[in-house]
Amino acid sequence: MRSMRMHLSGWGRYPAAECSVFRPERYSDLRPVEETCIARGCGRSYGDASLCAEGSVLLTERVNRLLELDPEQGTLRAEAGATLDEILTALVPRGWFLPVVPGTRYVSLGGCVASDIHGKNQHHDGTFGDHVLGLEVIVADGTAIHCSPTVETDLFRATVGGMGLTGIIGEVTVRLIPIESAFVTARFRATSNLSETFEVLDDPQWDDQYTVAWLDCLAPDGKFGRGIISRGHHSKESELPRDTDPLTLKRKPRRAVPMDAPGWTLNRYAMRLYNEHYYRRHARIDGDEILPLSEHFFPLDGIDNWNRLYGKRGFLQYQFVLPEQNASEGCMEILGRLSRAGHPPLLAVLKRFGRPGPGLLSFAIPGHTLALDFPVGDGSILQILEEIDETVVAAGGRIYLAKDARMSPSTFKATYPGYQNWLAIKRRYDPQSRIRSELAARLEIGLDP
Amino acid sequence: MKGCVLILGATSAIARCIADRFASNGHEIYLAGRDLQELERRASDLEIRHQVRVHSGFFDATSLDTHPKFFSDVLSSCNALEGVVIAFGDLGKHESAVHDAGASTRLIEANFTGAVSILTPCADHLESSGSGFIIGLSSVAGDRGRQSNYIYGSAKAGLSAYLQGLRNRLYPAGVHVLTVKPGFVDTAMTFGMPGMFLVAQPSQVADSVVHALERRKNVVYTPWFWRWIMLIIRSVPESIFKRLKL
Repeated sequence: MRSMRMHLSGWGRYPAAECSVFRPERYSDLRPVEETCIARGCGRSYGDASLCAEGSVLLTERVNRLLELDPEQGTLRAEAGATLDEILTALVPRGWFLPVVPGTRYVSLGGCVASDIHGKNQHHDGTFGDHVLGLEVIVADGTAIHCSPTVETDLFRATVGGMGLTGIIGEVTVRLIPIESAFVTARFRATSNLSETFEVLDDPQWDDQYTVAWLDCLAPDGKFGRGIISRGHHSKESELPRDTDPLTLKRKPRRAVPMDAPGWTLNRYAMRLYNEHYYRRHARIDGDEILPLSEHFFPLDGIDNWNRLYGKRGFLQYQFVLPEQNASEGCMEILGRLSRAGHPPLLAVLKRFGRPGPGLLSFAIPGHTLALDFPVGDGSILQILEEIDETVVAAGGRIYLAKDARMSPSTFKATYPGYQNWLAIKRRYDPQSRIRSELAARLEIGLDP
Repeated sequence: MKGCVLILGATSAIARCIADRFASNGHEIYLAGRDLQELERRASDLEIRHQVRVHSGFFDATSLDTHPKFFSDVLSSCNALEGVVIAFGDLGKHESAVHDAGASTRLIEANFTGAVSILTPCADHLESSGSGFIIGLSSVAGDRGRQSNYIYGSAKAGLSAYLQGLRNRLYPAGVHVLTVKPGFVDTAMTFGMPGMFLVAQPSQVADSVVHALERRKNVVYTPWFWRWIMLIIRSVPESIFKRLKL
């Protein structure tokens, strides 16, 4: 296989690195290459999880076959490079959906497992890893090992949420859920400030299968943290307007951001206007809305390369989770500090987590998770986030590796108690540390004695 | 289900996209190539995505004596053979092949002779059934021999002329022959190669192929601008071209 030098980054476009890239087209070519390597699916993690400047990056995008669909059991086995977009395009018209989906369908199956992604239903249905029935992992010496919750369980628990560092994920077998339609019945509720947002999000009366809160952190004082809580469930056929074909997957025509916007595009004033508009538009909606799946689950997918709106310097997403007992006070304190420091997040999304993730390095713990977007700008945000890290550590929370681009090794090791066990398993399957990424280097993973 | 489309050299990225288009249009598919394990994975993929019957079988373009048996196996597996796609080819290592007659002739076989060998029974069969199509993936490289890849280029030139003759012979029988001449395409054949420009995606090539077939085109350059690039290249007088280092 020939390789090519490419300038790669994560979705936040910070950091970036020149990497040697291989792109296998056959399953038999999907194996560790060169001295060191890391696999890369769609490159939608935000930071440096799929970069490897010293070694090679293995693009899995062409190893994307769907291998087995079992309609009786409701399971799918597919190659790890298959994207959720491809899978849903094939399966939704046949009445199947995935039990957990993230905010974009342009992610690979392998990436979903490696990041142990979550959606708007974690408080009911857990994370992606909770629905994985089996994996085939190609480890450092090229051996393909089948693992599952009952077979080679160490490798399984280390690979789910393991950021691709245990080996190349080759195949994934995942449970499917039956759906009656390609629509979601959704409802929205506006809240007037941060504490009301938390109250409504936590209110079981207001809950549904999929629940999430969008927060306006740019609103002036009394309205700070006002939000729109959306809740929804897969529409039953009876809920659809007559004459609607229930299982046709509707797609809006995609627009693309053709090039980097100037750095000042997503500035506070523009975002304040946008937030105001978003808030009012959703506050007006009364009663149930029937939305196509893509609009409810993947709202930003309609705009290709929306990350370019942040300009060349890119952006950071800071996503953390705080355990149940400290969650609302902790989040309020953090948002308040960010605002006072002059760095209010341009986008803030809050979700509830109901159970821990199944992997040793899984992000999820029961509590609340807040995802915040910041332009990189002049870099001063990095110092503030170091201070916020201390709050997260003190509260017993942790930061999501799939979004992280700047956490320190000490913060990581202080907040992921499963790390030592995970490291022992990693060393067993990869004694020479052939599978490595920039994320692993930055967090000093494996550099412990 | 519509008639079966036989795809020879089915593991290539372009063939894969072409198979996908035909399957999404409801055709039964027969995938043929040397990597049976890989072909079976692709067959499952097409069956799941498009709910059509997909067969897979071993085919080696350079094992000429296996072709007759192979073809009769295809006929017995498929419902009714409607089309054949020649998608196999090998760029080879030109710099070493030019000094190695064995390597050169093997390259010609992998790109041209092998195609002639398998197309012979295919053409006869389609001619007698009175309908159907043959799609041959040639290349812009066949439009003019140049010092950097004339072995591959001459094989493709031979293929283009052969397909042209076949088009002429099969026209009265109602069988359509389409010659496809792609420029640079983003596949394993070209990944990481220096000097590439205006690179097309395999899915774009597949779209042009299906589109051209529907409109009964004879020769399609993909993307379209290669027709004009090659027109210019072909019109350079030989006395000048022979001095160039293209």
